[in-house]
Amino acid sequence: MFFNTLSINAGPRFPMPEFESGHKQPQTIQPAPRSVFLEYFDVFVLISTLSLITWMVHKKRSRKGVFWISIFSLLYFGFYREGCICSIGAIQNVTLALFNPGYHIPLTVIAFFIIPLFYTLFYGRTFCAGVCPLGAIQDVFAINPQGLKTWVQKILGLIPFIYLGLSILYAATSTDFVICRYDPFVGIFRLDATFFMFTVGALFLLTSVFIARPYCRFFCPYGVILNLISKVSQKHITITPTKCIHCRLCEYSCPFGAIDKPVAVKEIGNRSNALKKFVVLSLIIPLLIFVGGWTGAQFHENLALVNPKVRLAKQILNTDIQDNTKIFSEEIKAFKSSGKSAEELYAEANLILKDFEIGGWILGGFIGLVFGLTLAGVSVFKYREDYTPNKGNCFSCARCFEYCPVKPETEV
Amino acid sequence: MDEKSKKINRRDFINKTVRVSVGVAITSLGGVLLSNAGGSKLVWQLDPAKCVQCGRCATSCVLTPSAVKCTHVYNMCGYCDLCGGYFRPETKNLTTAAESQLCPTAAIERSFVEEPFFEYHINEKLCIGCGKCVKGCGAFGNGSMQLQVRHHICVNCNECSIARVCPADAFSRVSVDKPYIFKGFAQDDKT
Repeated sequence: MFFNTLSINAGPRFPMPEFESGHKQPQTIQPAPRSVFLEYFDVFVLISTLSLITWMVHKKRSRKGVFWISIFSLLYFGFYREGCICSIGAIQNVTLALFNPGYHIPLTVIAFFIIPLFYTLFYGRTFCAGVCPLGAIQDVFAINPQGLKTWVQKILGLIPFIYLGLSILYAATSTDFVICRYDPFVGIFRLDATFFMFTVGALFLLTSVFIARPYCRFFCPYGVILNLISKVSQKHITITPTKCIHCRLCEYSCPFGAIDKPVAVKEIGNRSNALKKFVVLSLIIPLLIFVGGWTGAQFHENLALVNPKVRLAKQILNTDIQDNTKIFSEEIKAFKSSGKSAEELYAEANLILKDFEIGGWILGGFIGLVFGLTLAGVSVFKYREDYTPNKGNCFSCARCFEYCPVKPETEV
Repeated sequence: MDEKSKKINRRDFINKTVRVSVGVAITSLGGVLLSNAGGSKLVWQLDPAKCVQCGRCATSCVLTPSAVKCTHVYNMCGYCDLCGGYFRPETKNLTTAAESQLCPTAAIERSFVEEPFFEYHINEKLCIGCGKCVKGCGAFGNGSMQLQVRHHICVNCNECSIARVCPADAFSRVSVDKPYIFKGFAQDDKT
């Protein structure tokens, strides 16, 4: 009787004894999760800090204000909330909700994803300035930022697009949330992590000392979305409160290389030349999309190996699971005890592989498009008379304000 | 706006058009998401019926010690004399001596009820969620010891790092209204 496997509905193997002493069993303790009210409070804090920092940047033009708000966000969203819930990770929940009807996305996650997008559409990336805890922790470490060459920035700036594409692919196929998995700072926020996480986090912070905000500029997938939206934002910060006097004091003030310099008047003559270059480059974009898509599709099996089901199917395909003399991995042991047949698993894995093949085409095509547009963008000619922040790359951190000697006509 | 206008105006016009369409796009995305929203919050929980006690809960949680702990479902307990969750299988003396205990951290404490019954309690401060007792209890007893995500400890990561490595695919997001899953709990609920 000891060795019979007990099915769930068969009742207990040993009935509970009748206690003579009238002993009462204690209740199983089931502590409740964090209350939903506190989740809504997080959304309230998000809206408040976003509004406050937007006001600080646009009306008060105060770097000090931005700094203290960023410290608050770092403490609240970072160390108190331990990095979860965050807008960057919400990309994956949103994707999963769009592709998997079985997943019901919580309202707070929608709020964390959508609200910063709206603020960016109206006021630029004030979310990055000091509400995002990941940005805030790097900003604190930006002690001795060194300028990067434009071409280095352009090339590294392609990484976030690839990262965004990959994370969407894995979220859409219900495989994995890679953004959360490789979040470099969540271990620091929790003060508890694996060695790998701590090392990556520490490396990022060390890098931040010399290359300001490396994660925000060269990895953050949410930054990609905000960058694109911010390009068409209704209002955006300007370095000078009134009129630029070309004193060049702000030229090197931006630690993120997000200030565009004026273009010399003589270059206007090159406009038609630049236009020709732009047209030629635009023509190779479809080619790049196709090559990218084809390459992505070729690697779809490798991409799919991240999926645990596909990995298990491959493992089982390569091992003889009937051989009882072998020591199996936990996955195979669990699979054997689940009573599912290998054929069923293969069928499921094949369906996932098909998704990945389509996903590989789309991901590769997307990367090709981004490469093409970046290439074409190099030749876009835009005449500028003043020093202006690059609307896409600027984090609205308000550092450049202090360098401008022009004071507003009426004190605010 | 026609082509003859000044260049700067054309750029403004394009910007404005794109801005409005981006705004519409974000709003409609929000609408689509809201229509599919679950409203209530989701938390991670593991299904003890699927759990194979591989021991990864103890090692893979982002917290040390893990937020997964053994939970004793008292009204499933058979009060076995030789408790499969408490004693090592080959133990000779059914005493509280360390060498007789299965739990590596001595997190299971027992209290005397009446001859010959003892009641077993989990000291959550010591439990690391390795599942050794769960395995023993399930193999020799009623299976009243079950691994569960303890929600006052769990930080509710967006993607549970144990769920990612669980060989039995036992982890899932469950509604906050019913955050615990017990194997055989409802059927044997006598109280």
